[in-house]
Amino acid sequence: MSVRQLHRFHGGVHPPEHKMASNGSRIEPAPLPPQLIIALSQHIGSPAEPLVAVGERVLKGQMIAQASGTLSAAVHASSSGTVLAIEPRPSAHPSGLAAPCIVIATDGEERWLERQPVPWRDWLAAGDVRAIRDYLRDMGVVGLGGAMFPSHLKLTGGALQTLVINGAECEPYISCDDRLMRERAGEIVAGIALLAELTQASEVLVGIEDNKPEAIEAMRLAAGGSAIDIVAVPTIYPSGGAKQLIRILTGKEVAAGVRSTDLGVQCFNVGTVYAAYRALEHGEPLISRIVTLTGTVAKPGNVEALLGTPLDFLLHHAGAHDEMEACIYGGPMMGFALPTLAAGLTKAGNCLLAKSQAILPRAPAEMPCIRCGACADACPAELQPMDLYWFARSKQFGRAQERNLFDCIECGACAYVCPSHIRLVDYYRYAKSEIWAAERDKQAADLARERHTFRQFRLERDKQEKAERLAARAAAAKQQAAGKAEAAAKTAQAATAVEQASAANASMPAGDTVAASKGAPSMDDKQAKIAAAMARAAARRAGTPATGDTPDPVLPSVAAAQNEPATPAPALTESAATPAGSDDAAALRAERIRQAMATAKARRTGTLAPPPADPKQQKREMEAARLAAMSVDERAALEAEKKAKIAAAMARVAAQRQGEETSAQRQSEDQPAQRGDEEKS
Amino acid sequence: MSALGLSLMLMAGLALLLGAVLGFAAVRFRVEGDPIAAQIDAILPQTQCGQCGYPGCKPYAEAIANDEADINQCPPGGDDGVRKLAELLGRDYKPLNAEHGAPAPRALAVIDEARCIGCTLCIQACPVDAIVGAAKHMHTVIAAECTGCELCIAPCPVDCIAMLPVGVTIPTWRYPTIPLKVVA
Repeated sequence: MSVRQLHRFHGGVHPPEHKMASNGSRIEPAPLPPQLIIALSQHIGSPAEPLVAVGERVLKGQMIAQASGTLSAAVHASSSGTVLAIEPRPSAHPSGLAAPCIVIATDGEERWLERQPVPWRDWLAAGDVRAIRDYLRDMGVVGLGGAMFPSHLKLTGGALQTLVINGAECEPYISCDDRLMRERAGEIVAGIALLAELTQASEVLVGIEDNKPEAIEAMRLAAGGSAIDIVAVPTIYPSGGAKQLIRILTGKEVAAGVRSTDLGVQCFNVGTVYAAYRALEHGEPLISRIVTLTGTVAKPGNVEALLGTPLDFLLHHAGAHDEMEACIYGGPMMGFALPTLAAGLTKAGNCLLAKSQAILPRAPAEMPCIRCGACADACPAELQPMDLYWFARSKQFGRAQERNLFDCIECGACAYVCPSHIRLVDYYRYAKSEIWAAERDKQAADLARERHTFRQFRLERDKQEKAERLAARAAAAKQQAAGKAEAAAKTAQAATAVEQASAANASMPAGDTVAASKGAPSMDDKQAKIAAAMARAAARRAGTPATGDTPDPVLPSVAAAQNEPATPAPALTESAATPAGSDDAAALRAERIRQAMATAKARRTGTLAPPPADPKQQKREMEAARLAAMSVDERAALEAEKKAKIAAAMARVAAQRQGEETSAQRQSEDQPAQRGDEEKS
Repeated sequence: MSALGLSLMLMAGLALLLGAVLGFAAVRFRVEGDPIAAQIDAILPQTQCGQCGYPGCKPYAEAIANDEADINQCPPGGDDGVRKLAELLGRDYKPLNAEHGAPAPRALAVIDEARCIGCTLCIQACPVDAIVGAAKHMHTVIAAECTGCELCIAPCPVDCIAMLPVGVTIPTWRYPTIPLKVVA
C-alpha cells in the first residue's frame, strides 16, 4: 500500500460516533411486508411515470414506472404481488405531505422477473455509452449516499482522471456502508472495476474513514493486486461529503458553480457502486438497500430492506422501544424527524434512528447569537454561517444568496458547535425554500405579464381590423349604390383614399409603410383599382341588367362573388411593388377580404338557403374569376405573400416563446404599426 | 470694460455650448418609457386582477410612478410586496389598504364543465387568455396560466366557476419559519 499524501478540508467537527451499536452484526434480510408503498419520486428530478394499472399483477424487479425526462430514473416492484393503488401517500419528507406512490400487496412468492446480464462490455467496445446510460436509468440506479442523483447522468462518456469511491460514512450512528464493505467487498470491488472501465478513469481512489478498520481490511483484501487504491482517511465529520472527500483524496477544491467532472473527478457512493454492479452484471434493478436501524431499538443493526417497506414495519422489526419519541430519517446531523411512519422506504433511506430523550436529548432553547465565529471555523464549505443566519432571519434572502447560501451542504457542523444552540441549518433550509418559492412566483408573474401584454396587443389589433373592415364595407355599399361605371370608378378612388388614409393612420410611426402607400406604387394602385372597378361594373351589367339602388337580397352574393376576385388585385400590386414595407397593410387587407367572403357566405346561406350544390358552384365561380383576373405575376405575388405571412406568423410565435424582450423586438419588426400604438399606450 | 465684456461673452458662450450639449443629450439619449414604472411593474404580482382600482398591473405601476396611487393597494402582492415597493421608492412601509381587499391564498379558477353553457363571457374577461373554449362549447381553464384574479367569476351567468386553493405539494413546500423565541 502506497502512502498517499492526504489533504485537509476547512473546518469539520468530531461528534460522538455511536456506530458500535449497529455495526457489530451481519446484514439481515428484512422480512417481507404485506404492503409495499413505492414512491414515484425517489430521485432528484421529475417523478417517474407509472407503467402499471391498479389490479395488475407485477413480478419482483418489474419496472412499474419509467423515467420521465432527462433528470429522472425508473422505479421497480420490489416484490411480486398485485398493484393495490396508485395514489398520493404520505412520504418520507420533512413536510410529510402526500406524494404519488404505487402500493403493492405482496403475495409472498417473491417471484422474479427473468433476469439476464446485459452485454455492456460489447456496448462499451462499440462506443455506445448511451445504451449503458439508458440501461442504468431503466434499472433505477441512483446515488444511495443520500443525494439520490440519477447515476447514469454521471457517466458522461469522457475519460476521467480520478474516480473517487465514497466509503467514508462520516455521519454518526450510520453503519450501512461499513457493513456492506465488510460483507460484500468482492462485489463492490468488481463494481468499482466496472465503473472505472466505464469512466476510463486513470486513477481509482476509495476513501474510507479510519474508524472502520474491518471495512478497510476487507476492501484491501478484495482489491489486492488491482489498481484500486483503498485509502484510510482521518475520521472527521463531514469527510463523506463529495466535495470534502475529493478535497481530502486529491487536494482539488471544487469551487462554487463548478462540477467535479469539470476537474476530471467523479464520486460514487459504495452503495451505488454495488447497485450498479448488480444491475450490469446480474440484470437486477435497484429494489432494495441496506438500512441501519438504530437508536432506542431492541435489535440495532443493518437490514437489507425492500424499497417501499413501510417504515413503521421496519421499526417494529427492529423492536422500537416505547420511549421512542421520534424517528429520524438519515443521521442525527443531516437527517430529519419523520412526520409520519406510514411512508415507504426510499432509495435515500440509509438510516432509521429511533430517538429518545436518553440518546438524543432535545436541544435547549435557542439563545441569541454571540458572534463567536465558532460556526465559521467549523464550516466545511468555508461560508460565514452567522451572516447567512442573520440574513435568513431578517428575510434578506438576496444577500444570503450573494454570500453563497446555495453552497451550504447542510451538514450541520455549524449548528453542532453553536454555543447558543441555534438550529442554523433549519434557517438555511428555510431561506433556500423561500428563494425557490420566490423564483417560482417570479416565473409565474413573468408568464402572466407576457400573456397579458399579448392579449392587449391582440385586442388592439382586432379593433383596428374591425374598423377597417367597416370602412371597406361602407365604401363597397356606396359603390353599389352608384350604378354607372364612372361613378363606380370614382368611388373606387375614394375607397383607395380611405384605405390609404387608414393604412397611413395605422402605420404612423413607421415611415416605410407610409412612404410605400403614398409613394411610387400609388399610381399603379389607383389604375389597378379603377380597372378592377370597371371590370366589376361590366360584369354586373352583363349578369343582371336590373341593378337596383338598394342591395337586392339575391344580389349581394353575386356581387360579393364578383367583388372578391377583383379586390385582391390592388393589394397584390402593392405588395408586389413594396413587399417589405407594405406587408402589414397587405396582410390587413387580405384579412378583410377573407372576412368579407365569410360574411357574404353567411348572408347567402342565411337569406337564400340555397341547395347544397349551390355554394360549391359559387365557390368554383369565385375561384375561376379570381384566377382569370390574375396575371402570372400576380399569382406569383400571391404565393410570395402567403409565404411571407406564414413566415411572419411563425417568427411571431417563436419570438413570443423566447421571451418578452425578443418578442418586443420581433413585433416591432413584423408589425411596426401595432407596436407603435402599443408603445404609445 | 473689455474685461467685463470678455467675461460676459465667455459666460454666454459657455452657456450656449453647454445648453447645446444638454439639448443634444436629451434628444440623443432619451429613455423610452418610464424605468421606475417598469421596476414597480416587476415587483407587482401580475395577477392583473384590478383590485387596486387600475385595469392591470402596468397601469397601477404607472400610477404609483406618477404619484397618483399609493403603494398599499395590491392585496395579491401582500405585505411583502408593499415592503419591496417601499424599499424601491424610498417610502415608508404602510399596511395594506383594506378597501382594496384582503390578501388571500393563491387559488385557481376551475370551471364546472357540466354546467358550462359556452357563453364565452369568461374568456373575454380573462386578462391572461387562460380560458379556452368556443361559443356553445365547453370552456376550461389552463391551470398553469391562471393567475387566480377571479375576474371570470362575475361574468359567468350560470355561476359554474369556482376558486380552488392551490394545494401545497412537496416541490412547492416551504420549509417552515422557525418560531423565534424573543430573548431580550
